[in-house]
Amino acid sequence: MSARTSPARDLVYFVIFAAAVLTMPVWLAPIGAGYPDLLQKFAIYGLFATGFNLLFGLTGYLSFGHAAFLGVGSYTAVWSFKLLGMNPIPAVILAVVAAGIFALAIGFVSLRRSGIYFSILTLAFAQMSYNLAYSVLTPITNGETGLRVLRSDPRIFDAADGAEGALVSTLFGIEMNGYAGFYFCAVILIAGFFIAQRIFRSPFGIMLRAVKSNQNRMTYTGLNPRPYTLAAFVISGMYAGLAGSLLCITDPLAGAERMQWTASGEVVLMTILGGAGTLLGPLLGAGLIKYFENIFSAFNEQTLHSIFSFLPDFLETPVVGLMSLFVGEGWQLTLGVLFMIIVIFLPGGIMEGVSRLGRLFKGSDKPSAADKGRVEAAAE
Amino acid sequence: MDVFLLQLLNGLDKGGAYALIALGLTLIFGTLGVVNFAHGTLFMLGAFCAITFNKLLSLEQVRIDPEKLTPWGTPLEVREPYVEALLGDFGHWLLNYSVPASILLAIPVMAIIGFVMERGLIKHFYNRPHADQILVTFGLAIVIQEIVKTMFGANPIPQIAPESLRGAADIGLMLGTDPGVIVYPVWRMVYLVFAGLVIAAVFAFLQFTTFGMVVRAGMADRETVGLLGINIERRFTIVFAIAAVVAGLAGVMYTPILPPDYHMGMDFLVLSFVVVVVGGMGSLPGAVAAGFLLGILQSFASMNEIKDILPGIDQIIIYLVAVVILLVRPRGLMGRKGVMEN
Repeated sequence: MSARTSPARDLVYFVIFAAAVLTMPVWLAPIGAGYPDLLQKFAIYGLFATGFNLLFGLTGYLSFGHAAFLGVGSYTAVWSFKLLGMNPIPAVILAVVAAGIFALAIGFVSLRRSGIYFSILTLAFAQMSYNLAYSVLTPITNGETGLRVLRSDPRIFDAADGAEGALVSTLFGIEMNGYAGFYFCAVILIAGFFIAQRIFRSPFGIMLRAVKSNQNRMTYTGLNPRPYTLAAFVISGMYAGLAGSLLCITDPLAGAERMQWTASGEVVLMTILGGAGTLLGPLLGAGLIKYFENIFSAFNEQTLHSIFSFLPDFLETPVVGLMSLFVGEGWQLTLGVLFMIIVIFLPGGIMEGVSRLGRLFKGSDKPSAADKGRVEAAAE
Repeated sequence: MDVFLLQLLNGLDKGGAYALIALGLTLIFGTLGVVNFAHGTLFMLGAFCAITFNKLLSLEQVRIDPEKLTPWGTPLEVREPYVEALLGDFGHWLLNYSVPASILLAIPVMAIIGFVMERGLIKHFYNRPHADQILVTFGLAIVIQEIVKTMFGANPIPQIAPESLRGAADIGLMLGTDPGVIVYPVWRMVYLVFAGLVIAAVFAFLQFTTFGMVVRAGMADRETVGLLGINIERRFTIVFAIAAVVAGLAGVMYTPILPPDYHMGMDFLVLSFVVVVVGGMGSLPGAVAAGFLLGILQSFASMNEIKDILPGIDQIIIYLVAVVILLVRPRGLMGRKGVMEN
């Protein structure tokens, strides 16, 4: 993909992307996803996956412990709400800093090894954080109950405000729920995408790709890969922390289960599903998974019967019976099957599928920006 | 000293489960070179073999006994499992011993599952990167889990050990301590012995049979064995099936200790991977040793005396050991040179 890129083309992509994100409430409404809660999740997990992709997609280091940074971000944000006040901006900044420091420590140790050993090391650190958050660190994390903002908290800057009503973070008087919350996250997502795009195109990004393609040769040319991979690890940890803090904006609650390894697995799924190493892929994957989680899991037999009512009766019942395995409670089955199909037949994820289709129809090596926008709409 | 012994025993049964799963993982990794993230699921499937067997046995026939009446005057319904009706005392015995007896069901079922998995999916991933193998088996694990969840529900299903093997035995008495000092559940002893037997059987199979010799040769140098005209792929399929059976048996016998639910495999998988890495990728004795070692360490770390000094250590000890070992002994405890080094 990087064969034909120019600053002008990148700018066009970026503008289209920004416009697409900001108009999501409009063009996602027809498929039932046009409500702020879900849109906000798209934005947050898109950011998380984008950050993960900066590490895995570029350097090839598969981290199975990224949820730890998400959790650290969440806890920091809630503590910032508790101590400083309900303004989301300091919460976001502090969360990014805290996650960055945490990632620096874990990355410094884990990056001594590569391949599956790296995966196991990150997994071990994340599980340690999760177990500690559940048990010994209860004074900081409030254990099983989860950390939440209480009315009795000091909140130095706005202790007087919000004496009644629900505790929601407020940005200069705007309550961060509903569409306000979504647009706050969307703006941060666009900024995050911009930074990721710059990293992809920068000499630093090329170095990271060099780490992926052949570390030995990189060392022979006199370059030390460690600082580059560590920087990538920290940046991607910061993205995860950012996503974690955004999760607390509308609902100021942080629980340890956000750090569990299944959460780390989820971001791996998102990135692979969409296409690791591409800019848009992780966002598509995140959107797809969150869409499945929210829309598919809400399906039940009633809805299925109404969908398949055009079939004759003797066909309708078995079809509905079969389909009901894959929706509602069983939406993860759909996810697992889809994921396996993607890994087996399309290792480059949805993005590879898109570019294959593009090549098929146009005979060119790359889909146009307009194509991309349309496919994005179709995929999400 | 007594406390020490008790903790040692406590660690051994969990260590036995870790060792069995890690043994299968290592067997697959050493022969096929595949990192199997679905291995925990095989453990879980084994446990559900035990549940299925028990369910089949407890299918009941309802007979109305016209002679006897219930206290409120209706004819008494007599419920009796079919096996008891058909086989009499033997049926009763079978029902009682359903957990160990389900091994007979688990062996063929797990072998078939392993065979199908290898031929149907894993085979196509020999030459793909490890990351792809991890991902596709991870996807498979999700699919199998969800299928089990639809069939058996999401709640843990408790299984009971045979009557004579329930309860606790005073082991300390045999070792010459005062009565009541080292009391240990009988079934856990059984599990420990069972794990030892299975491990010994696998090692004996690899060490003393021609088939095992070929497999060992294939682990050392696959290409040369192929050049000698031996169909190594077919043997590796069988190895995969054996690994699946080992994991399944570990699961069957673990059911009375921990009521199985559909995601128990994932919990054990993460730990087993840590065990494999600590033992050294590709080293069978390493996997077994590390399994028991980590089980014991975990049980020592959960002693109150130790928790007072280092709060929370019981939660993280395994991972901590893994991190330290990986950093100071990158090949693990008994890893061979040249396996997965980069």
